[in-house]
Amino acid sequence: MTAPAHSEAPAGHGAGSGEQREGIVRGLRYIGAKLLTAAVSLFAVMVTSFFLFRILPGDPVRSMTQGREVTVEQEQELRRQFGLDQPLWQQFLDYCAGLFRFDLGVSYQYRIPVAELIGERIGPTVLLAGTGTLIAALLGLVLGTRAGWRRGSATDRVNTGVALLLWSVPSFWLGLLLIVVLASGAGWVPGLFPTGGMMTPGTTGLLDVALDVAHHLVLPVATMVAVVYAQYLMIMRSSLLDEMGADYLTTARAKGLRDALVLRRHAVPNALLPTVTLIFLNLGQVVGGVILVETVFAWPGLGSLFYSGLTVPDLPLVQALFVLFASAVILMNLLADLVYPLLDPRVRT
Amino acid sequence: MNYLEVKDLRVTYRAGEGEIPAVRGAGFGLAPGSKLGVAGESGCGKSTVALALLRLLPRSARVQGEILLDGEDVLTMRWGRLRAVRWAGASIVFQGAMHSLNAVRRVGDQIAEPILLHENATPGEVSRRVGRLLEQVGLPRWRAKAYPHELSGGQRQRVMIAMALACEPRLLIADEPTTALDVMIQAQILRLIDRLVGEHGISMMMISHDLSVLAETCDRLAVMYAGRVVEEGPADSVFADARHPYTAALSSAFPKIGDPESRRNPHGLPGDPPDPADPPSGCAFRPRCPVAEERCSTVDPVLWPVEPAAVGNGAAGRAAACVRMLPEMRSAGVAAEPAEPNVAAPEESR
Repeated sequence: MTAPAHSEAPAGHGAGSGEQREGIVRGLRYIGAKLLTAAVSLFAVMVTSFFLFRILPGDPVRSMTQGREVTVEQEQELRRQFGLDQPLWQQFLDYCAGLFRFDLGVSYQYRIPVAELIGERIGPTVLLAGTGTLIAALLGLVLGTRAGWRRGSATDRVNTGVALLLWSVPSFWLGLLLIVVLASGAGWVPGLFPTGGMMTPGTTGLLDVALDVAHHLVLPVATMVAVVYAQYLMIMRSSLLDEMGADYLTTARAKGLRDALVLRRHAVPNALLPTVTLIFLNLGQVVGGVILVETVFAWPGLGSLFYSGLTVPDLPLVQALFVLFASAVILMNLLADLVYPLLDPRVRT
Repeated sequence: MNYLEVKDLRVTYRAGEGEIPAVRGAGFGLAPGSKLGVAGESGCGKSTVALALLRLLPRSARVQGEILLDGEDVLTMRWGRLRAVRWAGASIVFQGAMHSLNAVRRVGDQIAEPILLHENATPGEVSRRVGRLLEQVGLPRWRAKAYPHELSGGQRQRVMIAMALACEPRLLIADEPTTALDVMIQAQILRLIDRLVGEHGISMMMISHDLSVLAETCDRLAVMYAGRVVEEGPADSVFADARHPYTAALSSAFPKIGDPESRRNPHGLPGDPPDPADPPSGCAFRPRCPVAEERCSTVDPVLWPVEPAAVGNGAAGRAAACVRMLPEMRSAGVAAEPAEPNVAAPEESR
């Protein structure tokens, strides 16, 4: 900047290709650093998940044989089968070796491979939580933008008020309420929606199944959206309020842009940046984060599987789920780090 | 007819319970192709005036008076007409282009935006024009792809100038265009603005706290204090021969080049501008005025034509708002009517 103009203006001219190559190297280094961070976090999660559930009170063998007559020999045999007779360090090594072979072990209570159990349940959870998060994020961003742009208006007060009210409602309570009002058909209200589950047994045909699943999806998704969309609304609103006094908006107005265009072209792209991180973080929690809703609506997902595993404790199952939930968060964080530079040019350099 | 004519402009900000008058009856005119400098300290209302010209002030501001742009009153325009006038009729070079440009959009797109908005131009035509505009301000065409943070402060201000010229406006408002820049770049940017305004035959209103810069660039000067124009006239004579004590203080605040006396002894102005919410009685400048008299606390002077007191040229069309310049003061006893400066003095000198 202190250079005189004739050298200032053409600075870097003709250096386009070199600059580009430099940019690519920088980009690769950035991605490499993020990948490394993710790998370190993942390893820490693996270690934690092994020891965490071993600190938990409860003896898996005891709780599985509860109420049955078992001899000491039979108990010993079970322990030997589960590998629980080995010293802790040996168990840890076996666990690590298994993870690297993608062998998650066999569930104590279901007696089938954990990988198979998770494979069955992951689809419904991603369907429910993914749909819910996407709808909540869209709803929150749109309403938050409208509320922030007209701060203090009736729109703002109503939207913010309703969102905060719903946010403070426990999701299981809202879920139960929706079941009572809209599903069980109390009084003159017909049961519009199924009370639980994901599918009516015996439904066949792709279209029929899809419609049936969608029908079952309405109430759980509505419950989830109602409880979480306020987060997105509040973040978008406050982030837009931060931009409101910005000089570049005055420039945009001075250019003669309509208010709606000032908002859409200039204010929203800037205000969106802080919210992107939040959306990715929440997407990471999609896999494990809807235990309560799954339980209330008897949704056959990972949340309820985790809950049933914890009570035993079904060590292979809960360890695997813990690693899975954490990896999802790590993966989404990584994605956020990789997507953010595409939205904000300032991070690229 | 003047391209821009501002008459008795008043801007009041609502703040909490009270009201803060930021501009208290400012008036000036700008002939086509001429350059007007508006000077004053921070908080004197000069930037408020600039934003008021295109009705860009926040909703909390109440704007009264008349702003005639090519004969049309901006303040009573309908929204659609106002949007059409913005940038195409008058554009603004804002101070601090770091924040005045959108950080997440390429500068070329930002320059193209008003062209696409105000004119029916094909994308190819627009990108050619953006390239030409960038070259005009001394930037290579390929810089259109840059984001604001990739440019230096001077380059960003060049982009801002290119953007302001995009729709070939008849009036350019430069609101402290060099404030955030270092001295070397300041001079370049000023020369650039001066050259482009001259080449395109654009009228310009430049706002600055630096009287010497304005005197060099502009044809006429208006000095603002506490929301009013206190002195107005041809740039050279106002700068060299100030009639209002505030102008005198402003011009002696900058050391004159080649005058060792002023270099060794620059005159500052003690004190702060008055609190706009609670202005002093009488003349707003009285508390800081080195030559204040007793009547200054009762008389609130407005702009009054100043006759060439000292014999010289270039004093034509001058006005000042100071009791010492009132006619009965200059020719004591000759004035037939006892002046009522508060109401009788005309707003405009021309």
